[in-house]
Amino acid sequence: MFEFSSEEFRLKVGLAEMLKGGVIMDVTNAEQAKIAEDAGACAVMALERVPADIRKEGGVARMANIGKIEEIMRTVHIPVMAKARIGHFMEARILEALGVDYIDESEVLTPADEEHHIAKSDFKVPFVCGARNLGEALRRIAEGAAMIRTKGEAGSGNIVEAVRHIRTIVKQMKQLTVLGKEELVHQAKELQAPLELVEWVARHGTLPTPNFSAGGIATPADAALVMQLGAEAVFVGSGIFKSSDPAARAQAIVHAAKNFDNPEKLLEASRLLGEAMPGLDIAKLPESELLQTRGW
Amino acid sequence: MKRVGVLSLQGDFAAHGAALARAGAEPVYIREREQFRAIDGLVIPGGESTTMLKLLHQDGLMDALAEFGRHKPVFGTCAGAILMATEVWNPAQESLALMDIAVERNAYGRQIDSRVTVLDPEPEFQRRTAPGELEAVFIRAPVIRRVNGGGKVLARYRGDPVLVEQGRHLVATFHPELTADSRVHALFLEKL
Repeated sequence: MFEFSSEEFRLKVGLAEMLKGGVIMDVTNAEQAKIAEDAGACAVMALERVPADIRKEGGVARMANIGKIEEIMRTVHIPVMAKARIGHFMEARILEALGVDYIDESEVLTPADEEHHIAKSDFKVPFVCGARNLGEALRRIAEGAAMIRTKGEAGSGNIVEAVRHIRTIVKQMKQLTVLGKEELVHQAKELQAPLELVEWVARHGTLPTPNFSAGGIATPADAALVMQLGAEAVFVGSGIFKSSDPAARAQAIVHAAKNFDNPEKLLEASRLLGEAMPGLDIAKLPESELLQTRGW
Repeated sequence: MKRVGVLSLQGDFAAHGAALARAGAEPVYIREREQFRAIDGLVIPGGESTTMLKLLHQDGLMDALAEFGRHKPVFGTCAGAILMATEVWNPAQESLALMDIAVERNAYGRQIDSRVTVLDPEPEFQRRTAPGELEAVFIRAPVIRRVNGGGKVLARYRGDPVLVEQGRHLVATFHPELTADSRVHALFLEKL
């Protein structure tokens, strides 16, 4: 049923393969995009406000201004991604027409539909979606996502949720590999995911798409931590441009993603950095302020 | 068994490792200078060439890689081909000059212009590997605009060279590591 071998899906996953081991950085204008590219980002994510500001200022967060995205696309030569609201397939169609390289159907923006995500397999442009657990990841893949990232808690500067989500996904995948056929049927029901995808994961022990991490990464050590736990690349949102030294920090996190298993190199990358972004204690945030609970 | 390094700074190095294993070699993921001594050849994978350049410099690998290429075979795909070229434009950037070719980055356009296609490789490629068409995955691919100094074109797409051999080195602007066909990797292993 799922056409993993279709040319279209292979191209979508193919670009995600090229981003592995890299850092995708949130940028709000061309100047930041240039800093990100010069620091070694493997892609940039165009958005109107970084998550920390969305959190602070409130209001409705939408797809970024098209002029800004175009300016970013003109300025850098690395892939440019942009965010669309959950379920807002017309924002996605506009971004596709614009020619962005990837669309993030993102919980960081205000959801446009509280029941449905975008039918992503209808698009030629690839999509990345957030997930907190395996069931959510597989539902997004069933809809056509070609890359999964942990949701974490965007704009918090706190890695705890990203750690919880990557650990959960990896553990749930491991568990499937030892189950029998009839148990997988039960798991499909528990995970609320299609049986065919549950069986695929049970056979391979991985997702059928790359699995990246996002939401709360603020330091080189944070990036290395989620990669040790199984993330294949990282997204950094507010962590770079809300720190005291964006260019140096961007470069240090790029270095950390490559050297995630080498403490000496990580020490080098962590030296000479200024202040990280201020962090939030997620346990003290009211439920209504959590971004990760958006999407279903 | 031949031990082949895969430069593992960023990109689809794992896919190349799997492809090398399918073609009968032992992949070694290269991240440090010291590792170059233990390998017979090297693959530079796809990924972002600007990111790889940055990391090559940060880790002092640029010289080690250029020196390795003066004696041993190197195979670059996509970003790897860009790094191995003598001249790069759109934009102009530093490269290792292991092959006398000129490359234009992202020359087909953006991701929406990425494609899977079937090539009819040159008879020489088919003779040295096995007969038959070659599936090619192009992702935000570069175009080789010029081949100098005895470079041999082994496959073309719409007239442009996409698989080129020069002396001990090999480049592809597409991604043979993302298909089940092992012939391009097998051809590289023959050169070791």
